[in-house]
Amino acid sequence: MIHLDRLRDVFRVSLGLPAGADVDDLRYRAIPQWDSLAHMALVAAIEDEFDIMIDTDEMIDMSSFTHAVRLLEKHGAGASS
Amino acid sequence: MSVFRLTADEREAALLPRLAELTEWHRRACPPYQRILEAIGAAGPYERVADLPWLPVRLFKTHELRSVPEEQVFRVLTSSGTTGQAPSRVYLDREAAAAQPRMLAATLRAVLGERRLPMLIVDSRAVTRATALSARGAGVLGMMNFGRDHTFVLDERGGLDRRAVEAFLARHGHAPFLVFGFTFMVWLHLPALRADLSQGVLIHSGGWKKLADQAVDNAAFRRRLGAECGLSRIHDFYGMVEQIGTVFLEGPEGDGLYCPDFADVVIRDPETWREAPPGVPGVIEVVSTLPTSYPGHVLLTEDLGVVHGVDDGVWPGKRFSVLGRLPRAETRGCSDTAGEVAA
Repeated sequence: MIHLDRLRDVFRVSLGLPAGADVDDLRYRAIPQWDSLAHMALVAAIEDEFDIMIDTDEMIDMSSFTHAVRLLEKHGAGASS
Repeated sequence: MSVFRLTADEREAALLPRLAELTEWHRRACPPYQRILEAIGAAGPYERVADLPWLPVRLFKTHELRSVPEEQVFRVLTSSGTTGQAPSRVYLDREAAAAQPRMLAATLRAVLGERRLPMLIVDSRAVTRATALSARGAGVLGMMNFGRDHTFVLDERGGLDRRAVEAFLARHGHAPFLVFGFTFMVWLHLPALRADLSQGVLIHSGGWKKLADQAVDNAAFRRRLGAECGLSRIHDFYGMVEQIGTVFLEGPEGDGLYCPDFADVVIRDPETWREAPPGVPGVIEVVSTLPTSYPGHVLLTEDLGVVHGVDDGVWPGKRFSVLGRLPRAETRGCSDTAGEVAA
């Protein structure tokens, strides 16, 4: 599951969290760093990292790290990584 | 699936039981709302949506109106208001906060599609960064959900950033892209660009007050943006923070604002408070099934409007225009209507 570590890094960089910070239980707006502006940066970074296009509804529903993992799997980015 | 499908009769049949249910839910859950209903003697059964008791929108400035316990409040939205006036406060629980951007997305999908389009924003990036986010900043942020490769037309100091716009158009100008801005900002800055925006879909909001002072109406606005920017897909929208997630969207022909299936408008004669027929201006009441955590499902606005027709346009239901503010209504910030359009 290499993609999970890549996704964790994208979360840390986009949300300005220290290297190695535990992100697996993060939820949108549960920490001050994950606000609506950071959410857009995060979505753009995930798109770049995994070369996928995230739709409006998917972006709105991506309200936790767990949701982001599911989204990657849906786009087939989990299996190929 | 489109949210512009219900005819006036179908909408009435779908909304009445849900809105009546919400009225009783809020009556039980929100003591100030209960006292207001008692004071005006409102009681069911209600035969029509227009019979439901409405709440003047300014009560959100003076009362704490929430229908969920304090510990379940996830976000509190505020309207700008002008200096010295109390802002509206709108209380969302997690469920309501999640529903509103989804329903906004469902509404705008009718003109934008499902994809996030490359997005040109007729504003400065600075508005999204202010520590105390203005209503304008919140509106821009909310709309940014619908775009990608966000490019701001104005630089940090508010001047035209021609280089950024040219680079954007070189990347994206050949296929549909989204242009968003507040109505007066669009009018002020887009024609000055002298750029070909013919693939753009323009979404704008915020009201006509500043433009009405310059005798610019919707027809003149559409004409000039068509002639000078090549924009043919233009959609105004009307909405307010007190009914967050619900927007009334201008149809492709520019023949009025249309109501999504989960909402409607009632135009009321300000003398009798009865529903005014099409063609007769009155005060706009907005109804929506979205407000579940605060009693905002039936609101009397401080705006004047008129219904142009019913079931006679490109989408079914009423089509209407906003004519301006009620003469006695206090002035609110011009971008106030957009509020925070998405979480």
